[in-house]
Amino acid sequence: MGLLYGLIAVGLALIFGLMDVTNFAHGEFLMIAMYASFFLFTFFAIDPLLSAPLVAAAMFVFGAIVYLLIVRFAMRAKANAGMVQIFTTFGLAIVMRGLAQLFFTPDYRSIPQSWLAGKTISVAGIFLPEPQLVGALVSIAAFAGLYFFIHRTDFGRALEATREDPGAVALVGIDKNRVFAFGWGLGAALVGLAGAIMAVFFYIYPDVGASFALIAYVTVALGGFGSVFGAFAGGIIVGLVEAVTALMLPPSLKSVGIYAVYLLVVFIRPRGLFGSM
Amino acid sequence: MDKHFAARRRRDLIIAAVLAALAALAPLFVKNVYIQNIMVLTLMYAALSQSWNILSGYCGQISLGHALYFGIGAYTTELLFTKFGVLPWFGMLAGGGIAAVIAMGLGYPFFRLRGHYFVIATIVIAEIGLLLFQNWEWAGAAMGITIPVRGDSWLKFQFMRSKLPYFYFALALCCLAWFVTWWLEDSKWGFWWRAVKDNPEAAESLGVVVFNSKMGAAAVSAFLVAVGGAFYAQFLAYIDPESVMGFQFSLLMALPAVLGGIGTLWGPVLGAAILIPMTELTRSYIGGSGRGVDLIVYGTLIVLISLALPQGLVSLLSRSKARGATR
Repeated sequence: MGLLYGLIAVGLALIFGLMDVTNFAHGEFLMIAMYASFFLFTFFAIDPLLSAPLVAAAMFVFGAIVYLLIVRFAMRAKANAGMVQIFTTFGLAIVMRGLAQLFFTPDYRSIPQSWLAGKTISVAGIFLPEPQLVGALVSIAAFAGLYFFIHRTDFGRALEATREDPGAVALVGIDKNRVFAFGWGLGAALVGLAGAIMAVFFYIYPDVGASFALIAYVTVALGGFGSVFGAFAGGIIVGLVEAVTALMLPPSLKSVGIYAVYLLVVFIRPRGLFGSM
Repeated sequence: MDKHFAARRRRDLIIAAVLAALAALAPLFVKNVYIQNIMVLTLMYAALSQSWNILSGYCGQISLGHALYFGIGAYTTELLFTKFGVLPWFGMLAGGGIAAVIAMGLGYPFFRLRGHYFVIATIVIAEIGLLLFQNWEWAGAAMGITIPVRGDSWLKFQFMRSKLPYFYFALALCCLAWFVTWWLEDSKWGFWWRAVKDNPEAAESLGVVVFNSKMGAAAVSAFLVAVGGAFYAQFLAYIDPESVMGFQFSLLMALPAVLGGIGTLWGPVLGAAILIPMTELTRSYIGGSGRGVDLIVYGTLIVLISLALPQGLVSLLSRSKARGATR
């Protein structure tokens, strides 16, 4: 479960953590990705596992468009840019939820039969549900990929430089909007991947994003802004804490443990575990 | 410069008095209960947003967890009333006091945090409060509390037949929140807060006790919001954790101030006057079908307004005034 939180958080780690843009619609990105893989399955019988790359590609385009149409202008605000970002993306989230209700109805849906559903695999005598296992593997791969991307490629350097000083970056001929549109696309593609995998074993409904979004923010902040590895570690910690809390407290209180650990960590380390900002 | 400031403050006070008087007369002309209801909510959100603005606007500590104080105000009042028979008036003050103490208790560790870490901490603490209340059997858990009907009386602050008493209380609360803001704007605290917001290090070096001024702002802000929560509980006569402590509330409280102009005296009132009727009207005319069209319209408007006017509607007024002055 922790690695799944990590997978949801990795896209946010890129947008929120590395580009320092608040995205309150992250949960809704997840929601539409889940719907996308649901419909690909229902109408074309494509298994979520196969459609995951398709969903991710579609989400990439969607994320880039959202940046170019909306977020670009929100970042231009000179005064209280933070609040403008919060409320434009919050408004976007409301619109997306409304659209989902309108077109997909508020019904709970699920993907009944997929290759992985209900199967378990036995590793050294421990039974593990396959969907979660695949989710965990994809999550690790996504983090490794992002880490490599940020630290080893020109694009990663351009991204960090753009966040640090957009003016100076323009002087060396980097188009800020292109870099950030690409970053948003990538962030959305990652959450698209998460959505496709989660569609296998979670109910899909218009408000599904909200329940995961807050945990994703906490995961990113727990690990520390500006650190890909931090978000990965944050995801694992969140998963472990949730499992431990669920053993000690009633299930409805399981998130309390996660929140308490976040508070504890930032009181001791105000910049998260591995944060640089 | 100083003279201008004093003149502007006197003018603000006069405008506020005139507006309050006009608002007080409004029920004479508006008999429609539905519209009266919208007016009560508008005034309440104006008051809440004004209170939120003290901590988040003036002092610059963006809180998205004020639903916690709102819920504490509502729950303190109703628990005292239903379990111990304490009159809501005392419950209201008790709720405000408890909220202020909690705000300061939380401020102690929280105010060390900066930026996103602070904002997320405020969201998280309100969420913890929500979950605890949802699981607290004695306080009604997720079912909430229904306030028993004991007949219309000012003593019990309960009115079934008419909305007017609620209207006047909401108006009074709105005026109080506005007046507190107005008064603080020119006080030592007001200047300290703006200094803390603009540059905490510089403020500290000039002798502003940054930590204490944040604590002061948090306490005042939480107290007023909790009184608003107590009012809301009496107004609805029913509360449950999600409806008084949900995350939506924290955002709804901040939204009028942001749209109107964050950190300004008139922003919250102006924002609420436009936003709340708009919300209610879209909900009742387009919504109701359960198909989410009202959400689409509402969300689109929020996106457009925050993109078009990043400094809030107040900036429009001052811009046209500045233009008038140069002419």
